[in-house]
Amino acid sequence: MRPTADPETGADGRAQRRVLPIRGAGLAIRRAGRVLLDGVDIEIVPGPLTVIMGPNGAGKSLLLRVLATLVPPDAGTVTWAGTTPGRDRAPRLGFVFQKPVMLRRSAIDNVRYALKVAGVPRAERDRRAAEALVEGGLSRLAGSPARVLSGGEQQRLAIVRALATRPEVLLLDEPTANLDPSATLAIETQVRDAHRGGTTVVFVTHDLGQARRLADEVAFVHHGRIAERGPADRFFNAPSSEAARAFIEGRLLP
Amino acid sequence: MQDFGAAFGEAFRLVASLDPDLVEIVGLSLRVSVSAVLAAALIGLPLGAALAVARFPGRGVAMVALNSLMGLPPVVVGLLIYLALSRAGPLGPLGLLYTPWAMILAQMVLVVPIIAAVTRQTVEDLKDEYEEQLRVLGVGTAGMVATLLWDARFSLLTALLAGFGRAIAEVGAVIIVGGNIDHVTRVMTTAIALETSKGDLALALGLGLILLALAIGVNAAVMTLRRTAGHAAYG
Repeated sequence: MRPTADPETGADGRAQRRVLPIRGAGLAIRRAGRVLLDGVDIEIVPGPLTVIMGPNGAGKSLLLRVLATLVPPDAGTVTWAGTTPGRDRAPRLGFVFQKPVMLRRSAIDNVRYALKVAGVPRAERDRRAAEALVEGGLSRLAGSPARVLSGGEQQRLAIVRALATRPEVLLLDEPTANLDPSATLAIETQVRDAHRGGTTVVFVTHDLGQARRLADEVAFVHHGRIAERGPADRFFNAPSSEAARAFIEGRLLP
Repeated sequence: MQDFGAAFGEAFRLVASLDPDLVEIVGLSLRVSVSAVLAAALIGLPLGAALAVARFPGRGVAMVALNSLMGLPPVVVGLLIYLALSRAGPLGPLGLLYTPWAMILAQMVLVVPIIAAVTRQTVEDLKDEYEEQLRVLGVGTAGMVATLLWDARFSLLTALLAGFGRAIAEVGAVIIVGGNIDHVTRVMTTAIALETSKGDLALALGLGLILLALAIGVNAAVMTLRRTAGHAAYG
């Protein structure tokens, strides 16, 4: 039975609908003889903007998907707020893909859809969808078919849609990988604003500059393991692992 | 050859003058086939979408069965419906045999697998694109089926078109369960078969021309709708 109350203000056991902290314990995935995740332990707590960084194929996107329960691990467990993740709490966890998936409807209807799934009453949906588009700077495109928007606009809309349900945590999987610098700037601004507004953010990227601009803390993934994790200043100035040091210095990693 | 030319001339005259018999036959054909396609869509669309979304043991077998059913021989369907609707059959008391309802039922049985199979393929393609996004939003299986059907609606017009093409052109089943009774169950295809066997080529040709025109017209209308409305919604 879907809850009918607003996820933020609903009276239906709000404490039970928390997703943070997200905890992954002993996460392992192996495909075709290759170890993609190798016993990862990770905890996402409320507050910081965490950047998961690492070279291509390190396992960072896969780790994000496992934490969002999109991919089941071969071994290990994921818990949201100490309990087994469930579909009813999905609106409390926003997820943005590298390639935005736009539903075949207008920009505002994409947002309305997310609100409807989250159980927001019909009367509130229009207002909240319009507000979300204004916050994302997309109100002029409200009536446009989402799929004709530019790549940058689609990604901004994807973030607006993910934030519309007021998630506790926003997970972004290399959202600017295919975008030009101005669209990247717009996305980073949007993400920083969301973080300032109280949303915990986990941002996957392999872009060192982007990680420096955004991160409060960094988790560095290499060969399916978290090689290092800590505050951004310390990570960039005094990395403790050889893999992270090589990555930061631009040396090629095996 | 002269007869053939004369038949063509007479056929055009019948069509141009809106011959009442012709109009009646065309009207009944459209009513029966459109009803059959709409009824089949109510079953075939959700069935196809559910097959595209759900994962269960035997799904592969179900899909092979569905694809095979697309080639159901109309006369066999006609015979089975005849047996079901005949006086001694399980649906005999309904008294539907030799009525347009029986014809709708027969065409519906023929069309459901076509609509379901095309829907499954269409929805599965869209699901590949949508699935992860819908899952992170918290959409369940039923919601996913509904969303995929709605967002694929203009593409699914092709499924309805394929079903309509099968229904309107079908003769074997409707002649068995309808009986080709004048002013009651005579549709274009059964009339063409009858008039040809009687040697009245003019009426047969006239109906044939209308059947072709309908097929082209319906296709053109649906394609236009798909292009314009689909473009407005999808971009």
